[in-house]
Amino acid sequence: MIERIPGAFHPFVLPFVIGMVFVLAWCLAGMLRILFELPREDRRKFFVSLITPRILWKDIKDIFLNCLIHVRLWKRNKVLGYMHSSIAFGWFMLILLGHVEVFLFLPHRVRFLYYPIFFNFFVAEADATIQGEVLMFLMDLFLLLILSGIVIAIIKRFRSRIVGMRRTTRANALDTVGLYALWAIFPLRLLAETFTAHISGGSFLTEPAGQLFHRFISNDMHILPTWWAYSIALGIFMVVLPFTRYMHIPTEMLLIPMRNAGIRIRSARKGFARLEYFSCPGCGVCIDACPMSVRKENLKDCTVYLNRQLRRKNEPRIEEISDKCLLCGKCTAVCQVGVEGPELRMALRGERKYALTPDYGRIETSALSAPLAERKAKVLYYAGCMSQLTPSIRKATAAVLDRAGIDWQPMDPDGRLCCGRPLLTAGRTDAARELMAKNREIILASGCDTLLLTCPICYRVFLEDYDLPGIRVVHHSVFFQELLRDGKLTPKNTPVEPRFVYHDPCELGRGCGIYEPPRETLDALGTLLEAPKNRQESICCGGSLGSLSLSFEKRKDITLGALGNLTAARPDTIVTACPLCLNTFARYADRPVKDLAQVVLENTTD
Amino acid sequence: MMEFGFSLSPSSAVDLDKVDTSRFDRLVEMEPQARICIGCGSCSATCTAEPYSGMSVRKVLLGLQRGRDAEVDRMLAACMLCGKCTMVCPRGINTRHLILSLCRISGKGKEGKA
Repeated sequence: MIERIPGAFHPFVLPFVIGMVFVLAWCLAGMLRILFELPREDRRKFFVSLITPRILWKDIKDIFLNCLIHVRLWKRNKVLGYMHSSIAFGWFMLILLGHVEVFLFLPHRVRFLYYPIFFNFFVAEADATIQGEVLMFLMDLFLLLILSGIVIAIIKRFRSRIVGMRRTTRANALDTVGLYALWAIFPLRLLAETFTAHISGGSFLTEPAGQLFHRFISNDMHILPTWWAYSIALGIFMVVLPFTRYMHIPTEMLLIPMRNAGIRIRSARKGFARLEYFSCPGCGVCIDACPMSVRKENLKDCTVYLNRQLRRKNEPRIEEISDKCLLCGKCTAVCQVGVEGPELRMALRGERKYALTPDYGRIETSALSAPLAERKAKVLYYAGCMSQLTPSIRKATAAVLDRAGIDWQPMDPDGRLCCGRPLLTAGRTDAARELMAKNREIILASGCDTLLLTCPICYRVFLEDYDLPGIRVVHHSVFFQELLRDGKLTPKNTPVEPRFVYHDPCELGRGCGIYEPPRETLDALGTLLEAPKNRQESICCGGSLGSLSLSFEKRKDITLGALGNLTAARPDTIVTACPLCLNTFARYADRPVKDLAQVVLENTTD
Repeated sequence: MMEFGFSLSPSSAVDLDKVDTSRFDRLVEMEPQARICIGCGSCSATCTAEPYSGMSVRKVLLGLQRGRDAEVDRMLAACMLCGKCTMVCPRGINTRHLILSLCRISGKGKEGKA
């Protein structure tokens, strides 16, 4: 390879250079801003993570697997996975190989930002070397890979159902500019390299194409315009990038190391939260996933639109979207980037100003804990508000515990305090902390070693937000499975095995990662069937306390949608492990809905 | 004294001509559902905060229309947003949202901003 253009410069590189410098400056400024917005301890955590080899290795691995190969997307949808990884990984390889070429053949030009990108314009083939052949072959191969991805992208834009997406986001004007620029970049590169293939050399793609074109275009006048067009397309893409959804590309590369460093959302708009809503690629996978999407009017209330409105600072819509959400967490479960929609919304709800602040000063914990401390049982059973409302669960749990010979006592026999999770999800964090401190005092004074919960809402808050040293917090779905495993409960012999389908409550499944213990229990007691959408993909019952503004009537369609999923396998009984799901389903279900505690009681013997 | 499970309230009179219902009117603007309450008392029966404050949505709505603002504020401050009243309301009123809206416009003179 020898240099063809003296001085290694041509004005056509300018659009690219301007775009590149702009986008680099923008990303650097954005990164500094986010670092500056982080609380001091989070910032320190981040810097420490960067010099911890284990976390650093995880960062590199995650960035490679998620940003370039899109492993999570592959698992979800092969066509979309191929489309994204072909473009991202292919483009990365083109840039990398471009640099390798410059290093190998013209190492003194490596300091020019644009040289590896427009390499084929600046060089002429002197004598074919084996390394050159291999590199050119690889360059053509990756270009072909990208072009195949672009073809799928174009099909997806106009017929999203072909690639398995029912709904996708409507792109706004700038997004469209960025999209068309992105589509244009690679065909233009192919053309540009094709026209210069007889000078700089090419491989299986560019060389035959170049010969083909030379049959009817015999002069070289069109070389320069195509390189100009290629450079302009790159320039346009990079200049609009910060204002489009493509900003997710650089943002995600910062999000991954920060998440690996253990940083969480603390403020709704700044720092890590800003990183999350700018990392949203706007793909719209969460639209189909959102249980509220059964009603057309809710289509624009899923996380992808929350992120969009947060970027636009559209306050009325931000409030509406953050109040409506059921906080079921399915958008996070399906999100390719892992944007935490529920946590963002809880932080946004926390921004509200209320003239009246809750005050629980009149609640005396000593009076509540005295009888518990006197009785002193090993297992303390906290039913919580929702199980109080469903006595069937409370009674069944009590009977199962007695049957298994457990030393237990109820913490709230006549209805006591709320666990604090509803206040937390409503954004009233200080009030929740006050209530949690009171519950903590009562639990510690009771002298128990296990806290048993039948409500996943309570379970999650006791697990995540309470500090209960030496006390095991356990949900009844896990506890009963252990009792069966240890032989303290014996399954009843029934002539016909009951057919169960299990509904994963949001807070228990996606919230706390408990999927298998309830299934093992049901499998031991009868035949367990699976709903088409289960585990991480389970559909919220619609009764969630997470939503502040969704009215009773508007929840009905969500419940019916979830029931349709559960009854697809024709079970005799729908089983769940959450009093709220039980209450909600029982209202509209065409067959019995039971809690796990009831099923365990009915299908075991003494 | 024998415990009957109820107590006597001190005598009080409400002069409806002098009651300032502006807060209730404002609430109805924000939450039109406040008008459909039939006062059945399901919320009173289930309220988690009731034993500590006498709280119930029914009493809050009634208190607002009777000008008993201090009592309303005291009850509202005890609410734990547990959602039991929403679950049992036969009229399907979104009581939690109603309470949160009321917390925005309540208190001593100042109004919460979004």
